[in-house]
Amino acid sequence: MATTARPSPTAPTTGPAASQRRGRPAKRKNDGVAGYVFLSPWLLGLLAITAIPMLMSLYLSFTNYDVLSDWESMKWVGLDNYRTMFTEDPSFWHAVRVTLVFALVATPLKLAAALGVAMLLNRSFKAAGLFRGLFYLPSLLGGSVALAIVWVNMFNRDGAFNSFLGWFGIEGKAWVNDPDFALGTLILLAVWQFGAPMVIFLAGLKQVPVELYEAASVDGASPWRKFLSITLPMLSPVIFFNLVLETINGFQGFTSAFVLSNGTGGPVDSTLMYTLHLYIKGWNEYQMGYASAMAWVFLLAIGLVTAVVFRTGKFWVHYSDGED
Amino acid sequence: MTLQRLTRPLTLVLLSAVVLYPLVWMLGSSFKSPAEVLNNVAVLPDEWTPGNYTDGWSNFDVSFGRFFVNSALVAGLTVVANCISCLLAAYAFARLKFRLRGFWFAIMIGTLLLPGHVLIVPQFVMFKTFGWVGGDWPYAPLIVPQLLATEAFFVFLMVQFMRGVPRDLDEAATIDGCSPYGVFRHVILPLSRPALVSTAIFSFIWTWNDFFRQLVYLSDLEKYTAPVALTLFIDSSGQSSVGPMFAMSVLSLAPVFLFFVAFQRMLVEGINTSGLKG
Repeated sequence: MATTARPSPTAPTTGPAASQRRGRPAKRKNDGVAGYVFLSPWLLGLLAITAIPMLMSLYLSFTNYDVLSDWESMKWVGLDNYRTMFTEDPSFWHAVRVTLVFALVATPLKLAAALGVAMLLNRSFKAAGLFRGLFYLPSLLGGSVALAIVWVNMFNRDGAFNSFLGWFGIEGKAWVNDPDFALGTLILLAVWQFGAPMVIFLAGLKQVPVELYEAASVDGASPWRKFLSITLPMLSPVIFFNLVLETINGFQGFTSAFVLSNGTGGPVDSTLMYTLHLYIKGWNEYQMGYASAMAWVFLLAIGLVTAVVFRTGKFWVHYSDGED
Repeated sequence: MTLQRLTRPLTLVLLSAVVLYPLVWMLGSSFKSPAEVLNNVAVLPDEWTPGNYTDGWSNFDVSFGRFFVNSALVAGLTVVANCISCLLAAYAFARLKFRLRGFWFAIMIGTLLLPGHVLIVPQFVMFKTFGWVGGDWPYAPLIVPQLLATEAFFVFLMVQFMRGVPRDLDEAATIDGCSPYGVFRHVILPLSRPALVSTAIFSFIWTWNDFFRQLVYLSDLEKYTAPVALTLFIDSSGQSSVGPMFAMSVLSLAPVFLFFVAFQRMLVEGINTSGLKG
């Protein structure tokens, strides 16, 4: 599904410049005006919904403001919000840790599951399409409140997971109420949604020339060797694409944590995702200045992580010339 | 040898069972009687009772049907807004020449990676100042941004799609005297239908499932959408409401599931046509 929707990651993105290079015979003069006419809704959105709010939130982050009262109540506090965040709010560091653990554990597991299943499905057999659709379904449903509710009940004391353990004589507990395991159940929920990256991997796998595997077989390479020397390098652009996308998604987990903890981040802050902490500060405690400061730190952190991923990508992402 | 040949199908079947289990369990539990919900963890109920559905439907002062209508309203308007605004922007990026196009395109790609949570605080403050938060029709903050093509993903998707439409068609239309507006109307719009359908389906599903923004902007019970209303069940987490909670969860996932079933066919067609292209 995602293959039709998401632009193929294997195709290198050519900027609009590419079409200019093609050189068109007649220059249409009124294109310039028309261009801005068609672009105007987007430009207005960029300005009013993105750029101005961003600057506004930067300003807000240096103030105390509770939204309920009018603008005059806004008080300039300098760097106080940032100082409080880093030195006086233990929950902030808790949230940072929870979010890092969640993103750094769930993302690799999810991608590994996605790649593994994609390789299982990368054969032509009758039911391949059926399985692909089936495994994709959780990606569509998994982000919803409804599914998070089901998930939490499944891992509760009387849930289905414990009855499964019961078959092996293991006595379970209310995993979602245990600070050591609550986040783990949310990680499992994220991994369960491996279908979206799987579909993208499948599209990538179809691009790998069969001759490479045949040649390797002639040379007597083991399946593991073929995986390491052919599949992984050939697939590296797709892995990179999925990694960037899923990491950024991972940092933004909110719904499942909200449902599990009923909006508190509990038990004992163990599911206090960064975005949930931001929500609590902004909409439970009406500290919009503080929440803005948190949003900016979040933006910088995500920017940093993305930059690091892109940097390291230079060392392990191979773009073969034959593509496209 | 036979064992090896069986490994793949066996793994796949086992894996499907694990993947589907939560969904089947949810469906089964939604038909269990109050006593069974607590004591019978089996996938299917011993006795099928539709009681949870009627109880859940009228569990709150406002009927659950109202929440679904609200959700459908928000999702439907979002679909229309995204399709129109993103198509206009994509046409400009993919086909028209104008000053600073490369620059704006780069910015658009940049906003693709911008997390929505970063902007929600100032947007909330802004919409609050406009008087759009709360009131008789609190959905404006959920829809106006989509009218302004802020969902960069769909702009990008349509740009990619339009690049696949042969330029000869535009040029032929231009030679026949079409202005850029005419080319849009007579060439790009009719040919972009597949991209519009993708956009519509994903807009619908994402909006239907969206929680954070709806939670932030909706505070009046009567205006709640289905996901926000579902969280009320958690608040009142008396054991008696578990069954109704499951029933309403099933109902709220049903539209997404139906879209999935309908979309499957399109997916196969889409892969077939792209396969033909090479």
